[in-house]
Amino acid sequence: MSAPAAPARPAGGPRRVRIRFTKQGKVRFTSHRDLARIWERALRRSGVPVAYTEGFSPRPKLSFGLALSTGHESLGEYLDVAVRDTPELVAVEQLPALLATALPAGIEVQSAVDLPRGADSLQQAVTSCTWYIEVGDVTPSDATAGVSRVLAATELTVTRERKGQPVTDDVRPAILDLRVLGPVTEVSAPLAPRATGIATALEAELATQPRALRPAELIAAIDPAWVMARVTRIHQWTQAGGARREVIDLGPAATPPPHAEARAS
Amino acid sequence: MTSVWTQLEPHLAGVERPARYIGLELGAQRPDAGPGAVSWLLTYPDTYEIGLPNQGLQILYEILNERDDTAAERSYAPWGDLEAVMRRERIPLFSVDTHRPAGEFDVLAFNLSAELTYTNLLNCVDLAGVPVRAAERRPEHPLVAAGGHCTYNPEPLADFLDFVVLGDGEEVVSEITEVIREWKAAGRTEGSRAAVLRALSHVEGVYVPSMYDVEYDGRHLRAVTPRYPDVPERVEKRTIADLAQWPYPRNQLVPLTEVVHDRLNVEVFRGCTRGCRFCQAGMITRPVRERPAEQVRTMVADGLRRTGYDEVALTSLSTADFSGIESVVQGVVDDPANCGQVSVSLPSLRVDAFTVGIAGQIQKARRTGLTFAPEAGTWRMRQIINKLIREDDLYGAVESAFSSGWRRVKLYFLTGLPSETDEDTLGILDLARNCVEIGRAHTRGVAVKASVGGFVPKPFTPFQWFGQNTVDELGRKISLLRDGSRKAKGVQLTWHDPKATLIEGLASRGDRRLGPVIEQVWRRGGTFQEWSEHFHLDLWLEAMAEAGLDVDWYVHRHRTEDEVLPWDHISAGLHKDFLWQDWQDALAEVGLPDCRWTPCYDCGACTGYGIEHVVASATPPAGGSQGTGQDLSTGAHLPGSVPVTLRSRPLAGARS
Repeated sequence: MSAPAAPARPAGGPRRVRIRFTKQGKVRFTSHRDLARIWERALRRSGVPVAYTEGFSPRPKLSFGLALSTGHESLGEYLDVAVRDTPELVAVEQLPALLATALPAGIEVQSAVDLPRGADSLQQAVTSCTWYIEVGDVTPSDATAGVSRVLAATELTVTRERKGQPVTDDVRPAILDLRVLGPVTEVSAPLAPRATGIATALEAELATQPRALRPAELIAAIDPAWVMARVTRIHQWTQAGGARREVIDLGPAATPPPHAEARAS
Repeated sequence: MTSVWTQLEPHLAGVERPARYIGLELGAQRPDAGPGAVSWLLTYPDTYEIGLPNQGLQILYEILNERDDTAAERSYAPWGDLEAVMRRERIPLFSVDTHRPAGEFDVLAFNLSAELTYTNLLNCVDLAGVPVRAAERRPEHPLVAAGGHCTYNPEPLADFLDFVVLGDGEEVVSEITEVIREWKAAGRTEGSRAAVLRALSHVEGVYVPSMYDVEYDGRHLRAVTPRYPDVPERVEKRTIADLAQWPYPRNQLVPLTEVVHDRLNVEVFRGCTRGCRFCQAGMITRPVRERPAEQVRTMVADGLRRTGYDEVALTSLSTADFSGIESVVQGVVDDPANCGQVSVSLPSLRVDAFTVGIAGQIQKARRTGLTFAPEAGTWRMRQIINKLIREDDLYGAVESAFSSGWRRVKLYFLTGLPSETDEDTLGILDLARNCVEIGRAHTRGVAVKASVGGFVPKPFTPFQWFGQNTVDELGRKISLLRDGSRKAKGVQLTWHDPKATLIEGLASRGDRRLGPVIEQVWRRGGTFQEWSEHFHLDLWLEAMAEAGLDVDWYVHRHRTEDEVLPWDHISAGLHKDFLWQDWQDALAEVGLPDCRWTPCYDCGACTGYGIEHVVASATPPAGGSQGTGQDLSTGAHLPGSVPVTLRSRPLAGARS
């Protein structure tokens, strides 16, 4: 592999690269664990000199952010890769093209940046996510009523399993934004089978700290009868100077709304 | 070309592990070969996780897709949750490559590697929308075919298969494709199905069950004879002479989700002449054909680079026997392109210190467990099965493993072997206990796992005449071992369910009369029978009783020399009198060295096909005793050579 001069290695620590990518279409049915293995192999195939852990069973040093549930799509997933300091060191700008042929259809590298030394991990950095959620058999007016009820509530308790034990939490503080986008005009293929042929799209910004609220938990909390269909993670937000921004911002033109997105495969 | 993807997609979020239904593997193809092309759906009748790595199907997938006039796709048995959705929503079986309905293909070709998948084959055919019985299919239906080791006795599936392919598939699939292409070109007219099957029966290596009549003499088989003069009386298996001409798979599939044997696999040779008498694979794949070492190196280097795998397995029936194995594995380890992060695995280790030495060189990391297969607990028993491993070989191997840093050793054994006594059975525990003792000198966390399977006699082996042990007898032997293992610290015993062994035995040596039994078990929901949580012995016993068939007669009865066996009209190249002589030698406790390095026994595999062993080295590999000219007069322990005190062997019946 021929590579132009790589950026100088930050003093005192291993070089870390943060990659932003999509997960759309058929490949969304792979699990978080599958995705990690897909990345390990893709990086090896591309000749990216990934650093390995020390010890008995060396593993590539990859760290992912918040796991995306199997079946959900995303317009912005993240991965941090520790890279060995070798002559083959690649400039980050080259990574999207280099990885394009090594990844399955539906996983597209949008951007890669070098991380400054001591940068927060993805788990620490991401504070909330914006989700596009389609619910089946629910009219926009019913959806609006449900959303209003939730937003008016001061407390919204859900019982969920944690380490095999039922735990009751108030998830209302984790709902940072919730609104009805309107009816789903074009019935999308991944929508679960529905009795009425009606579906409504919602958008929600859900906190990830101290504990992430998942779309499925939100929908169950609004109305247990609602059937969640297509779900897409649109943004992952971090805090900088009191304002939120994308973990890697692709610029205003780079993020089309999900319903306009050409679906992979 | 149609696709069921849009019907399927809404349901995938609700089933277990949906990634197994999406395809998209590295190396997957979306063939579009035009309307006249012959299309094959290569199907493994078990889950994607088990079926995807199957090398036979991957080889044929590539060879068929390299032809301009042929398209091959893949399918696997859907798990029960998706099957329920498919039946409810009327979604047919589909290919994972383009999600094309199975019924649109010209051939549904199954790999049969295990008897307990037979009901899954019927289920897949039914899900494809094709009648399960061959006689009920019409010209618009695909031809249903099978290949793989189980097809050396295809008779239990004769009612359901249009044709069967015996032996190596590399060459014959193209010949079959030619015949089917002509059938398609002629329009697959009414009544043409019998004609295309008749034409297929002329292809060497192809067996068409419907072209044969079966006569019985009471319970016994009298003869299986061709119905037409142009149909062969005996169908010979196919054998490729030179593995070097077939460097497949060139583009091994890399799945997106975890599967078994999830690594690069490079076949280093095919066939085996060690002559283990229980081993069907070793008998039916003869002669030995090695791949040139240089080609192995190229396939490993190219494969690792292309796939991104960090593990490569050098596969064969006994990889330590490959000529120059040391230099090949060392080359992989030392290749700077691998950055020291590639591990090599040898899935079938021979039981000797030499082999462990190789393993030590190549498995620098992840030194967790080593597996050996002594197969039987006493030297007498190992002579009978012709697995000529001396206790010293095993102890040397285990000593070498523990002293090189391994902490866990797994030992594979069979029980229910011909003339096995309780002393032989309990010998398993002696070996395991002694291995624990050897390990204690090196590590405190020593674990020796003894895995015990019930022996199933297989067609085309010297043991094909042997009456299998009953469920009760296998259960009694396992109980003997369980009782003994409670007092054996460091020995962990695992065993195979004797009830499943019974049904494997039934299907292994059954005849055509089992067809209705298999169909009945399938109709009552008996799929995924090799999965212990889905296996139902009662379904089989009820179906046998309803068909008026006697399990005991099929499974537990010793056969006589003059008996017509259900697979006598099939040939694996082996002379029946060679197998009978080897059976008599077994009963006389006589071992037989490996014919690669000693004179020919005229088993028939080389002479019959005019093919010879392809072995790069004229001398036996280092290490190991079998067939290497070493003194085999005693397999017992030689005093002083093993640094432990060996326990005296408890006699059966003397247990407290």
